[in-house]
Amino acid sequence: MKIVVCVKQVPDTAAKVAVEGGKVTWGDAPLVINPWDEYAVEAALQAAEKGGGTVTAISLGAEEAKEALKHALAMGCAEAVLVNDPALAELDTQGASRVLAAAIRKVGGVDLAVFGKQAIDGDSGVTAAQTARVLGWPAATLLASLSLESGTLKGERAMEEGRQRVEAALPAVASIVKDYGEPRYPSFMGIRKAAKAEIPAWTLADLGIPTPAAAVMWKEIMNPPARQITNEMITGSSPEEIANKLADKIMEEKVL
Amino acid sequence: MANKVWAYIDQFKGAATPASWEAVAVARTLANQIGGGVTAVILGSGVEGLAQTAFHYGADEVLLADDPALADYRVDSYASTLVAAAKVGSPAVILFPTNTRGREVAGLAAMDLESGVIPDVTEIVLEGEQVVATRPVYAGKLLAKVVCSARPQMVTLRVRAFGKPEMDASRSGTVTKIAAVTDGDKVKVTGYSESEGRLSLTDAGVIVSGGRGTSNRADLQPPDDITDEKQKEIWRAQQGFKLIGELAQTLGAALGASRAAVDAGYIPYSHQVGQTGKVVSPDLYIACGISGAIQHQAGMRSSKVIVAINKDAEAPIFKLARYGVVGDLYDILPALTKAMKERLGK
Repeated sequence: MKIVVCVKQVPDTAAKVAVEGGKVTWGDAPLVINPWDEYAVEAALQAAEKGGGTVTAISLGAEEAKEALKHALAMGCAEAVLVNDPALAELDTQGASRVLAAAIRKVGGVDLAVFGKQAIDGDSGVTAAQTARVLGWPAATLLASLSLESGTLKGERAMEEGRQRVEAALPAVASIVKDYGEPRYPSFMGIRKAAKAEIPAWTLADLGIPTPAAAVMWKEIMNPPARQITNEMITGSSPEEIANKLADKIMEEKVL
Repeated sequence: MANKVWAYIDQFKGAATPASWEAVAVARTLANQIGGGVTAVILGSGVEGLAQTAFHYGADEVLLADDPALADYRVDSYASTLVAAAKVGSPAVILFPTNTRGREVAGLAAMDLESGVIPDVTEIVLEGEQVVATRPVYAGKLLAKVVCSARPQMVTLRVRAFGKPEMDASRSGTVTKIAAVTDGDKVKVTGYSESEGRLSLTDAGVIVSGGRGTSNRADLQPPDDITDEKQKEIWRAQQGFKLIGELAQTLGAALGASRAAVDAGYIPYSHQVGQTGKVVSPDLYIACGISGAIQHQAGMRSSKVIVAINKDAEAPIFKLARYGVVGDLYDILPALTKAMKERLGK
C-alpha cells in the first residue's frame, strides 16, 4: 500500500499577519506545517499502519517548505519530496492541483492521496477535490473517519447538515477534518531521523509538465479596515440589573 | 441559455440551502449591470419545486436536471452536469454559495472548464464583465482582491455576506430541462450517520459561544462518582454550556465554542468557531467565557454585533465587543435568558 500526503508550509495560527509595503508579513512568527495537514498526516499514517504500507509526504514550495516535510517525516512518514520550481510562484489552486497530480503520478503506484481540509493562508479548500479531478480519482473529501478495506475507501463525510457515509474504489483522494482525531506528536527518534533525511527536490521538468497558467490572481492584498465599534461596558449592582440593561441594548440593535 | 450570469442552487435532500437564494439575488444585481437575465442551475432528484423560489429571488430561467441518479449529493455527477450545461451556455460568471458542496462543485467544474474558482467571497465589484472579488485570507487577518482571467468566473459567496435576499412572489420564468451527467460517479453515498436538522453555525443569524470560562466555577460540586479531576472540570464546563444552550434556545441561536473549550473536551469540534473551526458572520455573536485569542477572533470578527461576557476585564475579546460585561457567566446568563424571554414573549 502506497499513500501520499500533501502538506503545505504556512505562518503559525498565532502569527500577527499584516500587509507592509504590499507584501504579506508575519513578523518573527514561525512557519509551520499547515495545522489541517497534521490531521491528514495522522490519517495517512494510521491507514498505512493498518493496511501495511508507507507514506510519502509531498509539498509544493520553496526551500523553506522542507520544514513542513520534516515535521511529516518526524511524525512517521517514510519519505518526503519537495516540488520546487521558480515557475510555481504564481500558482493558483487549479495549477497547484495539476502539479500535485503530476507529482503523485511520478511517485507511482499510489493507492491513496490524503490532504488537509484547507491551508490556513489561502483558505481555498478546493485543492484536494481538484487534484482528484485531474487524476480522474474519486474525491472523498472532508472525512471525519477513514478506513481501507480490500481496495475500497470507506469514510464519513462531515457536511453542514450532518455526516454522509461514503465509499470509493482506490486509488482515491481523501481530505481530512479535525473530527478525525488528534495528530500524534513527532517522536524523539522521528525528529532525529527527519533532521538527517535527504529530501529530493523535483522541478516541473522532472514532472514532465509545462508551467500551468494561473487563471486566478490576487490583484491586491490589504489589511482589513479597522472595526468601527463603540465599546460600551454594561455595569450594574446585580446580575439582574446588568442582564436587563444588556437585553434592552440587544433589542435596540434589531438583530433578532 | 444565453444569460451571462448564472447561480448554482445548492440543495440537501431536496431543500435548498438559504445561501443559494443569496447567490441568486447577487446574480440579479450583477446581471442588471452586465445586461441579460439570470440563469439558476438546479440539480437533484424531486427538486423541480425549487424553480419557483429561484424565480421569486430573481432568476429568469432555470436549468433543471431532475434525476433519481442525482438523489444524494455526489460531487462528480453534480460537477459534470453543471460543466455540460456551461459548455453550451458559456456564462461569464457562475455564483455558488460557499459551503462544503458549493466549494467542491465549483472547484471541479473550474478544472473541466479550464477556468478558476474564487472561493468564499465577501464583496464583488464589476469592471465590465470582469468580477473583482474581495475575499478574506489568512482567516480574515487580511483581505485579497482577486480576479479570474478565464471564463466562466466561478465565484463562491460567503454565506450571509451579501445581505438578506429580497423576494418577489409575482416573478416567474422558464424551466429548461437538462440531462444529468452521471457517468463519472465515483464516490458512492451509502447513508447518513448523524441526524440533520441542527442549525448550522454558518447559516445562523445568532450564535452564543462558550470558552474555557465555562469550567471556571470551583464551587460547583460534581456527583460523587466523578473522581477524576479532568472529568470534574468537563462536568463543570457542561453545566456552563447548559446555561449557554438555554440562552441559545431562547434566541433561536446556534451553539458555538472556542478552540480551547473543544480541545479541553467540553464540547464536540463541530461547534468550534475560529481559524481552524468555522468562520461565521452572524448578526449577533455572544461570547461567554471566551478570552478572544487571535485564532478565535479570525473566525467571528465579521459578526455584526458582538457581546462579550467575561470575568477578566483585560480579556482581548472586549476590544471587539459592542457590549461588554465583566462578570461570571454563571451569574449573568440565567438572568439574561430570563430578561430575553420576557422581551421576546417566550
